[in-house]
Amino acid sequence: MSVERNASNVPAEGITLLQAVTEALHEELARDPRVVLLGQDVGRKGGVFRATVGLQADFGPLRVLDTPISEDVIAGAAIGAAMMGLRPVAEFQFADYIFPALDQIVSQAATMRWRSVGGYGVPVVFRAPFGAGVRGGVYHSQSVEAFFCHTPGLKVVVPSTPRDAKGLLKAAIRDDDPVLFFEHKKSYRRYREIVPPGEVIPIGVARLDREGRDLSIITYGVGVHHAREAADLLAAEGISVEILDLRTLAPLDHAAIAATVMKTRKALVLHEANKTMGIGAEVSAFIAEELFMELDGPIVRVAGDDCHLPYNGAEEDAIIPNPAKVVEAARRLAAF
Amino acid sequence: MTSLEVGVSSAPANAGERALLRRIYEVLLLSRAVEERFWLLSRQGVASFVLTSRGHDVAQIASGAAIRRGHDSVWPYYRDMALGLALGVSPFEMYLGSLGRAADSHSGSRQLTMHLSSPRLRIGSVSSEIAAHLPHAVGAAYASKVLGDDRVAVAWFGDGAASEGATHESMNLAGIHKLPVVFFCENNALAISVPLALQMPIQSLAERGPAYGMPGVSVDGTDALAVFRATRQAVERARSGDGPTIIDARVPRITSHSSQDDDAYRTPEERADAEAHDPLPKLREELLEYGLLEPGEEVEMQRAAHARAMAESDRALAMPEAEPGRAKRWLYAGDPPHPELAALEAGGIGPGPFDGIAV
Repeated sequence: MSVERNASNVPAEGITLLQAVTEALHEELARDPRVVLLGQDVGRKGGVFRATVGLQADFGPLRVLDTPISEDVIAGAAIGAAMMGLRPVAEFQFADYIFPALDQIVSQAATMRWRSVGGYGVPVVFRAPFGAGVRGGVYHSQSVEAFFCHTPGLKVVVPSTPRDAKGLLKAAIRDDDPVLFFEHKKSYRRYREIVPPGEVIPIGVARLDREGRDLSIITYGVGVHHAREAADLLAAEGISVEILDLRTLAPLDHAAIAATVMKTRKALVLHEANKTMGIGAEVSAFIAEELFMELDGPIVRVAGDDCHLPYNGAEEDAIIPNPAKVVEAARRLAAF
Repeated sequence: MTSLEVGVSSAPANAGERALLRRIYEVLLLSRAVEERFWLLSRQGVASFVLTSRGHDVAQIASGAAIRRGHDSVWPYYRDMALGLALGVSPFEMYLGSLGRAADSHSGSRQLTMHLSSPRLRIGSVSSEIAAHLPHAVGAAYASKVLGDDRVAVAWFGDGAASEGATHESMNLAGIHKLPVVFFCENNALAISVPLALQMPIQSLAERGPAYGMPGVSVDGTDALAVFRATRQAVERARSGDGPTIIDARVPRITSHSSQDDDAYRTPEERADAEAHDPLPKLREELLEYGLLEPGEEVEMQRAAHARAMAESDRALAMPEAEPGRAKRWLYAGDPPHPELAALEAGGIGPGPFDGIAV
């Protein structure tokens, strides 16, 4: 079973997530002269995934700046420019390459407002494609979101649908605080959705993707699509699945998590990033601490194995979640 | 330590430079008085951590005097106490931070001493991370270009910062786009204990300039006018669109690295050499030589500086300490403003020691 052949509940018309990103960037560049875009290959090439295609032609080489391969200064210059009034969007070609900029994001952007007692904000969006399942090997496949969720002062957004990608990216650019915005590569071109014009979707609010009765799958990113497929298969077996798309990982929408858990009383937390110390650990701990008496079964995590991501498909498929793994775990939870 | 050359100082060329030189000396005396009080508070255990600029101070004051205060952006590091004074940060503000007072408008005393931050003066928030602010200065210069204003960004940093990758990335990007930024290195030839020869195979950071497509200027950092002129030229060059400059100002580090450093790694000769290059007696002699200081005048100037340092530190000591209830405030946008910061911001850039001196 594969996601791309069976993307249920997603219309065939509309725009892709990738196009949604381009539209959001274009609209915000046009709306606000303080918005700039900087990163490797964002200009002449229009991005290695074509997310920024056409933007330099429309907004010029200064506002859509092709940088050298210098992640530290891409992030740091975005921070300094933001402190002096711009609203930069810094692109990292792959999330795997955000680590040279970790210092600027974690120790500078995240601390700036707090350490200057509100004197300086850092309205920067740090964008990066992420995720596995594309045969990218260890340096084009990593899921890095948990690193940033651990840092106070940052917001972390992972959209799963074109509509959310566009509306949340617009919100991220307008946000007064630093936002990490991760786009799953496997979602880029494989799903289409009709996106209402001009929509801005608030950061920090989860989306109930599908209603169900028997158990809740709490997930984000490509996990939402795995969950939809799994839910279709489970429905045929008489198991009704509710899907909560977190959309924002920092801050977590605790109220939405509580609402779905209190409804179905069974929680399965799903993500592609490896399991240990991941988002699932935090969500599970929240449920265990705050909703223990509401549960009718153990909290279940389906996540990537604690392993690096190989290029060869056989090994890669073995260590990342897929709908079949979700179905199997959900069956056990439903039967509990 | 690589020894400083004892050079002949530049002579003032006009009335403006004469007034400037005299004012630099006044700020220097204030800086020394403020710092003496800091070290005293440290020895008393009242201020837990002290970082001052003795030896670097003339270079800091003279370079600070060369920018358009409140217009150009300032990206200092933690040794830039005298620079702060030159830009109009009050000793009171500095003492509040070091003493852990809630009213500290720079960081609410969340940061270590002398981690300045002042939006009204466009001073970017200092961090303890070496060279992490150079990319910010480059970003500020990029912002000037996007916004089409004529603001220049100036980054101050030590020779230790020159070895960070961020410094290379920053200078490279600034050079590519001819960004309006000046890289001002206070080169005391020591990264805490590591001598210059173990930091870089060159004597002056200025030697790197051509590799980044920008001029590199070496200047005696104890020569007030030479520093002022080099900085003014670099700032105006940046303002006119001709791009960035590296300035390497050789200075002595007269004190230990900080109040937590015993300086035991330097030989007595090395410490004596640093002391021998103290810019203060040198500047005093210049002022006397050029008739800018009457022999009897200095006692009164020093008394006034010490009185101000004492009064402002006493005022800070009387303020309440930081409270636990505010620890998480200002993590994100939307919290009420810090009252003292809001009051300072509302007052505009305020007076500065070089107001009214036209060079």
